[in-house]
Amino acid sequence: MHIMEGYLPAKHALAWTAASAPFIVYGTARLARVLKEKPETKMLLGVSSAFTFVLSALKLPSVTGSCSHPTGTGLGTILFGPWVMPVIGCIVLLFQALLLAHGGITTLGANTFSMAIVGPFVAWWIMLGGKKLGMPLPVRVFLAASLGDLATYVTTSLQLAIAFPDPVGGIAASFAKFSTIFAFTQVPLAVIEGIVTVFVFNLILTYNYQDLSELQVISLVRPKEVDDKC
Amino acid sequence: MLKTSHKWVLGVVLLLILILPFLMAPHKGDAELFTGADSQAEGLIGEITPGYKPWFNPVFEPPSGEIESLLFSLQAALGAGVIGYYVGYNRRKSGDEA
Repeated sequence: MHIMEGYLPAKHALAWTAASAPFIVYGTARLARVLKEKPETKMLLGVSSAFTFVLSALKLPSVTGSCSHPTGTGLGTILFGPWVMPVIGCIVLLFQALLLAHGGITTLGANTFSMAIVGPFVAWWIMLGGKKLGMPLPVRVFLAASLGDLATYVTTSLQLAIAFPDPVGGIAASFAKFSTIFAFTQVPLAVIEGIVTVFVFNLILTYNYQDLSELQVISLVRPKEVDDKC
Repeated sequence: MLKTSHKWVLGVVLLLILILPFLMAPHKGDAELFTGADSQAEGLIGEITPGYKPWFNPVFEPPSGEIESLLFSLQAALGAGVIGYYVGYNRRKSGDEA
């Protein structure tokens, strides 16, 4: 989902940066507040960041014959709500842009928007919606992580389609082409991200219920489910 | 939250999804298999808008593919280390020897 350095026309690059900026600013304020009011969650925040670091570094093969990587933003979103991952995701993307020539400074705004904003918010809404529908916790975590991952890649396809509309079919045709590269490739990887997130979330729930009660997640977990932990 | 049987099922599904691409990826003649989606998108941009030139270059590029894998492995290893530390720390703290 990394749009390469210089591959978004300047106007688009600027627009996506402007779109991402408020999320980063507000997210940073929220993050600072969480750390100040609940310093004991520092470690869990570290784990959420580490999870994104690991998953976004793993380029996995897909059935389409190309390689792509998960995003890892679901876990932190499920634990801390949707406002923390924009900041963490942006830092990860910056690291990859500066040291790995993956993504770029000019495309940081667009990449942050897809990976660190759309993905987490979709994941968060699925957590909320799933609770309303009475879905079991592991199912909600799986769907949130995997569909958040997929939403990121759909967003990337859309961003590129808007910037490079097909001369014949326009944005729609272009979106179909970019989706074949990004979104289809991502389907099996999104399932992988969902499963891995369920595993790690389960570990955290098993050993660290105390910290979790401090976080957003507790409002999403029905008490019975916590007792069911094994 | 998860029963042991669930973990097994999920683990097997995970492995299958990882192995499946190698068995069923479409062969495209001489074209290289399992290239990165990011660079494929780069190629598609060139197809849709011939003559598009990136207007900015990466500040730093890993000098070779090996160095790039090294940096990616470091990124993953650092993250995995933190997660491992956290799990071990809490396991010890909760006094769970299982």
